[in-house]
Amino acid sequence: MYPVVLKQVGKTYHLDSVDVPALIDINLEIRSNCFTVISGPSGSGKTTLLNLIGCIDRANQGEILIAGKEVQKMSNDALSDFRARHLGFIFQNFNLLPVLSAYENIEYPLLLTQMPAAGRKQRVLALLDAVGLSDRAQNRPGQLSGGQRQRVAIARALATEPKLVLADEPTANLDSHTGAAIIALMRKMQREHHVSFVFSSHDPQVQAEADDAVFIRDGRITGVERRTESVEAAV
Amino acid sequence: MKTLSLALRNLLRNRRRSLTTLLAMTIGLVAILIFGGYKANITYGTETGFVQAYGHLQIQHKDYFIEGGDNPTAYGIAGYQRIVDAVKHDPVLAPMLTMVTPTLQLGGLAGNFSAGVSRSVMASGVVVEDYNQMLLWNDYQLKSYAQPLPLVGSSLEAVVIGTGVARKLKLCNALKVPNCTQTATVVVGEGRSAPDDIAALSALEKSDAPRQDENRIEMLAATAHGAPNVASLSVVKAKNMGYKAVDDMYLAMHLAQAQKLIYGSDQPQVTAIEIQLRHTSQIPAARERLTQLLATEFKDQPLEILDFRTLNPMFGQTEQFMNSMFGFISILIGVIVLFTISNTMSTAVVERTVEIGTLRAIGLRRSGIRRLFVCEGVLLGLIGSALGVLCALFIAYLINHSGLSWTPPGYSYAYLILILVWQDPHLLVGSVIGLILVTIVSAGMPANRASNLIIVDALRHV
Repeated sequence: MYPVVLKQVGKTYHLDSVDVPALIDINLEIRSNCFTVISGPSGSGKTTLLNLIGCIDRANQGEILIAGKEVQKMSNDALSDFRARHLGFIFQNFNLLPVLSAYENIEYPLLLTQMPAAGRKQRVLALLDAVGLSDRAQNRPGQLSGGQRQRVAIARALATEPKLVLADEPTANLDSHTGAAIIALMRKMQREHHVSFVFSSHDPQVQAEADDAVFIRDGRITGVERRTESVEAAV
Repeated sequence: MKTLSLALRNLLRNRRRSLTTLLAMTIGLVAILIFGGYKANITYGTETGFVQAYGHLQIQHKDYFIEGGDNPTAYGIAGYQRIVDAVKHDPVLAPMLTMVTPTLQLGGLAGNFSAGVSRSVMASGVVVEDYNQMLLWNDYQLKSYAQPLPLVGSSLEAVVIGTGVARKLKLCNALKVPNCTQTATVVVGEGRSAPDDIAALSALEKSDAPRQDENRIEMLAATAHGAPNVASLSVVKAKNMGYKAVDDMYLAMHLAQAQKLIYGSDQPQVTAIEIQLRHTSQIPAARERLTQLLATEFKDQPLEILDFRTLNPMFGQTEQFMNSMFGFISILIGVIVLFTISNTMSTAVVERTVEIGTLRAIGLRRSGIRRLFVCEGVLLGLIGSALGVLCALFIAYLINHSGLSWTPPGYSYAYLILILVWQDPHLLVGSVIGLILVTIVSAGMPANRASNLIIVDALRHV
């Protein structure tokens, strides 16, 4: 089963009295356990597509299935709960909560899923270790470098053990060396946790690492490139 | 790390803004509590003064309060002792009572004919021991200005007058009244002596009670049969009654003397039976029981029960005035606090828009966002309330120990300015709850706005 299936999806923004189509007639299947990169020029609809897959925006038409669930019909609260349990997010600007330490930032999504304290602690410490920040657990985001913040963000995205992680330009605010390290980390985590990563990115390093590449232009998918064999895993 | 912890950290994030908001709340609460404490002192003080002098409830002849003030003899209560005993021994009423005592109010003319002066007085005939016992009532633990009547064990003719009466009757020097300046007598007409008939009555009275000092006065009153009667009285003390209008007319005497003056050898009556309760809050229960008692055991007499608020309309007016002032000030301060907090929270929402988007994206529900901001408002309210209460208590302590005093309109001596904050739990709890409610309301609107932000728009916010 594909973790993400989009059928005839369309999204139009209403700006003042003008309708601006952002996505037109999108049909897409994201394979499990893959690095999928959505690429295209600015304004092509990459972020909009990522937002729809991440259930933080709603399509005007079509059907979206995430982990087999038809998310278009879910209520706001149901979508929130769904995101908390099944999706992870990595943002271009890291978007960590500045008043929380690295440990607490990673722990926060687990609080939303009502996970018991002992299990939370074990999970967070393991993730901190996996992203190489065990010694920075009590540091707040302001006390971390850009690369370290993105590591915390990756750990936070994986905290609830989702099967799908969405990353919007995750290396855009990092230098090439740090960006490469972050890509390597994400790849490592993707393999260890058997999770699908979907990126929107211009970064050639990210595109080079992708298993699948989705090309988009003017709101339409212009091509899908499967570069590796599918690696089946339970979704 | 729950919502509370996150809310607290968010407040500490912009300390200057949080402190400014707290300062506005603290000042607002202090203003409310100090004025409320001052109001409490006035209303409780007025209530205490009245309850000490006249009790919580009075049993009177029907319509005496409305019609009988200038004609007490027509509205007397006969067989009053039976009613007093019935009330005192009633099993329902007894636990509530501190005193049940009869009193006779009468008007008359007091004259110091040797000085050629006279003036009208309102006299109270009281059971002196009961009256002095009633003065000990102080349910609110206030500073009491009550002065016991120095008539215990004195002869029937002994009386106490107000300093205003002493001044008018030129008895200041004889009674050694402090701060009492006697003015020169304005002679009206040619004669300075009493009218012949009054002089004759006075002489008759003198023959019964030999004069020993210069503190003697004569009091003329109308008897139950409408005839004039005179009593020769000995003034033992002049006391300042506080309220000038009362001080200028006050005369207290033994109940038996007052009854003798009005009823002579007839069966004595009284104009009221005063009932003092342990607590003001017992009035409804006591009144209900008294009504039953009068309706069953004394249904042959047209009696009614009046509470101290009815008997003293000025108390209600003063309370109403102070309450309206307090309400106005509270609303004003509440609105200021509301807008201050609302502004603080609105700024926080704008500043933290991306954070809100992030929290929503990772799965926090709208209600979670709303709860977070309301929690921040409530925390501000709690901290502001605590600071406000502490500051108000400190300021009240300073004022209460400063010795500041003032003379209220119509009063003849100064009262200490006291601020009853700690002593008024209703004020304290009410103000704190009010402030917290204001913070919830003022945080509610920005919190709602935050919770309704569209996630993708919030994440794009710069």
